[in-house]
Amino acid sequence: MKLDLAIEELHRSENELYTVLLSMSDRHKVDHEVFHVTRDMSTWSHRHVAELAEAGREFGLELDPEARNSQGLIEALQQKTSELTGRRSAPGLLLLADLRHLYREASGTSLDWELLAQGAQGGKNKELLDLAERCHPQTLRVARWANAKLKESSPQVLNS
Amino acid sequence: MRREMVGSCEELAACAGRVGGRRVDDEEVPVPRRDRIAEPWGTRTPYGPGETWPRRVDSYLDGDLTEDDVDRWVQSASILHSNGDGIDIAVKDGRIVGVRGRAEDRVNHGRLDPKDLFGWQANNSPDRLTRPLIRRDGKLVETDWDTAMDAVVGRVKELLEEQGPSAIGFYTTGQLFIEDYYTLGLVAHGGIGTNHVDGNTRLCTATAAAALKESFACDGQPGSYTDVDHADVIALYGHNVAETQTVLWTRMLDRLAGPNPPKLVVVDPRLTPVAKAATVHLAPRPGTNVMLMNALLHEILRNGWYDEAYVEAHAVGFDELQKQMEKYPPEVAAEVCDVPAERIREAARLIGTAERLMSTVLQGFYQSHQATAAAVCVNNIHIVRGMLGKPGCGLLQMNGQPTAENTRECGADGDLPGFRNWDNDDHVADLARIWNIEQIRIPHYAPPTHAMQIFRYAEEGSIRFLWIIGTNPAVTLPELQRVRAILGQERLFVVVQDIFPTETTQFADVVLPAATWGEKTGTFTNADRTVHLSEKAVEPPGEARPDMEVFLDFAHRLGLTDKDGEPLVKWSDPEGAFEGWKECSRGRPCDYTGMSYARLRGSGGIQWPCNDEHPDGAERLYADGRFFADAGYCEEYGRDMVTGAPVSETEYKALNPDGKAVLKAAEYLPPHELPSEEFPFQLITGRTLYHFHTRTKTGRAPQLQAAAREVWVEMSASDAAGGGLGEGDLLEITTPRGRVEARLRVSGIRPGVVFLPFHYGYWDTDGADGAGDGHGRAANELTVTDWDPVSKQPIFKTAAAAVRRIAFSDGVPSAAPTTTSAPVAGSPPPTTGGSAGEAVELVGGRS
Repeated sequence: MKLDLAIEELHRSENELYTVLLSMSDRHKVDHEVFHVTRDMSTWSHRHVAELAEAGREFGLELDPEARNSQGLIEALQQKTSELTGRRSAPGLLLLADLRHLYREASGTSLDWELLAQGAQGGKNKELLDLAERCHPQTLRVARWANAKLKESSPQVLNS
Repeated sequence: MRREMVGSCEELAACAGRVGGRRVDDEEVPVPRRDRIAEPWGTRTPYGPGETWPRRVDSYLDGDLTEDDVDRWVQSASILHSNGDGIDIAVKDGRIVGVRGRAEDRVNHGRLDPKDLFGWQANNSPDRLTRPLIRRDGKLVETDWDTAMDAVVGRVKELLEEQGPSAIGFYTTGQLFIEDYYTLGLVAHGGIGTNHVDGNTRLCTATAAAALKESFACDGQPGSYTDVDHADVIALYGHNVAETQTVLWTRMLDRLAGPNPPKLVVVDPRLTPVAKAATVHLAPRPGTNVMLMNALLHEILRNGWYDEAYVEAHAVGFDELQKQMEKYPPEVAAEVCDVPAERIREAARLIGTAERLMSTVLQGFYQSHQATAAAVCVNNIHIVRGMLGKPGCGLLQMNGQPTAENTRECGADGDLPGFRNWDNDDHVADLARIWNIEQIRIPHYAPPTHAMQIFRYAEEGSIRFLWIIGTNPAVTLPELQRVRAILGQERLFVVVQDIFPTETTQFADVVLPAATWGEKTGTFTNADRTVHLSEKAVEPPGEARPDMEVFLDFAHRLGLTDKDGEPLVKWSDPEGAFEGWKECSRGRPCDYTGMSYARLRGSGGIQWPCNDEHPDGAERLYADGRFFADAGYCEEYGRDMVTGAPVSETEYKALNPDGKAVLKAAEYLPPHELPSEEFPFQLITGRTLYHFHTRTKTGRAPQLQAAAREVWVEMSASDAAGGGLGEGDLLEITTPRGRVEARLRVSGIRPGVVFLPFHYGYWDTDGADGAGDGHGRAANELTVTDWDPVSKQPIFKTAAAAVRRIAFSDGVPSAAPTTTSAPVAGSPPPTTGGSAGEAVELVGGRS
């Protein structure tokens, strides 16, 4: 039985996704849709972390139910930098790089959910399967957004 | 001003009854007049369910003129709101001298709203733009059309050479005609090949379109105004119809005054005239619409008030909807929305048990947090109740502007023309065939760029040429300090095409004087798909030109051609453009092929689709549960309602293989800017009855300007009492982005919320703009830059604000009209128009 490892890993990657979303939000404060949508999506990861911590108890894990933004201290600085550099075109390239990074993070996390769901299926753990079915679609939505936003932004960034 | 009689409302009504059916020119019969400033909705003509709305012909002529003095009447329709009222323009000696409602028009049955009655006077205003202007040594100076257009075309050519089409953006309006929009769409998308074309319709109607695309995979208004004649329950969601579409409200008032009146359910944080007439009024906290709607759906589903057979046959997504809605019982919503759970249940019961349910939605939803999700919830109600395509079962996702519908149809608001799907290669190929160009010239690599993103690209410097047509972003976009900074950039070439100098023309490099309503011929479509012809009545002033002619000139100077080397734009007059548009619309949901100028001339309006199948137009869409939602035909596959990411073709086909209606569950998210200790109030902004937009026209009509001459702020009695504030006190309203000064009207608005009308900018103040003198007047000094991720409509109705008194009233009342923003404290003088506000009303129509 190694489901605890899957939960622990997912807890880590959802927490990481949470951090990526928030720090990306702060870096693009003047790209208003990016700023707000990444923040809205971060609430999903926030909840996933809490639910995973709860689920982990059954397996003897003591996981932090509160998602932590490991970059919390510098967010204000990032927002300010964003405001100061928002009028230059370089942030366009930075946005593409960040979207690419987010897509990979979310896709990786999505795979971890896949692993957990498969493990839950095999172990006939209904609660864990429900958890995966509840949360996994939201992680996929993050990846889809990153992909869509990249498609939308790249023609302009690369042609100006 | 001639005054044949003055009397009480009852006397007037009685008199009107007598006059009906007689000749107006009969000297013996007094002409019934009414002060339409004091009584914006005029005389009641009650009627019962299933009956025809009685006629009432309203008219207003300049000075002492009578109908006998009028040289000719020219057919048109209103462009000062989205209702689409049929109007005849009175012409004398080559000037517009008045208006009269068209009795035979299906929309208004002769009635006119105060803006229509008086707003035309702006056409004759002496400060119209009459010559092109060009910036020389920092100043705008008069020039000729050749010089102005050469400057415009020269800059476009340079940028196309240097950067390509991504440098060029167009920001248009909701007040041009089909012929203008379609020509612009062709020139911009097919000619220049830019993806950056949108209109200020993004601020007013984008969510209507987006919500319809989510639920039905295609734009197109399902219902009809005639549903008012049949409905037993009318639910109005964030739709202050009394002010935004006064003639439609008149129709509802006449039903309310007749036998077996409908019940009204009203969702609005303000005690509007509509809310006062409601059976159930829900006044939620701003930003919580989705929570409230989900609770209504929760109740409807829990009580089994849905049509199982209809859902089974005609919709997908029901199980998921049912599952998601379990989380939203009225008690949860009551907490979040601050609305009693019992009242939510009562509203749900009315909506859930209605036999003929009509619903209308407007800016209270569209310009608020989670705009599209909230509007989709209304669609969900109609789908689960099977109330579509039948008399009285009208679902109306409203428009805010008169020709907003046409920006959506003709490809001037970011969509491809004819509701074609940018993500469907066959649709793009079909458009390329019609335009006779290579497919790759039409940008379709991503959803078209929306207005807020266009301004963002201009801000970061990748859009370097912005052509602004018939709109005033320096007052209407959120966070004006930022907008002024964007428009004021040296590196951005700004062209402004308009009829008056505005706050935005100040930022222009070139100003192009345009002709307007009554000075050019064209067609347009209102919020219930009714198409009207508006004929040229008089010559435009000076050198002003119709918008379409300007675009044609631009295309010719730029040398735009099709793939055979022939001119890209094949027409040279409005009728030619209309014929071109008809071909483009052929076979699409908005099919115009059965219409012509000849058929529209003299008609009372024709609703699309009008084709071989529907030779006289179609009253309602989606009869028998048939939709435009097939994957190969539909306009859009939908979007994620939280992130806005487009749904792919593959996903859509899996979700909806048979082209049914799509039920989408919306999860509630808290608003992005919540009240705090520093900013304890929630600010909402809005449109009011006597003015349109930034008053470029209505501020120049004396009766309308006098009725609401200055900005005001509304606040509840408890909030006012808490701050020791009274009617007329001068307040300062601040948000993290700016400040505005306005006099207080203590009104029926819900506690915790302040309201500012958005009409007031700076063109008629001493200071050129609000930034300079510090006396902010425009509501958008305060609003936040944030938009709905699905429709991309800016959120004007959920900002956190602080309020403090600057000066006591000293007997000066606020300028808020008492007719629409009724005082609940103090006794400001009632709003009246006096003799200048009197218009003729002939109940029963003219014989």
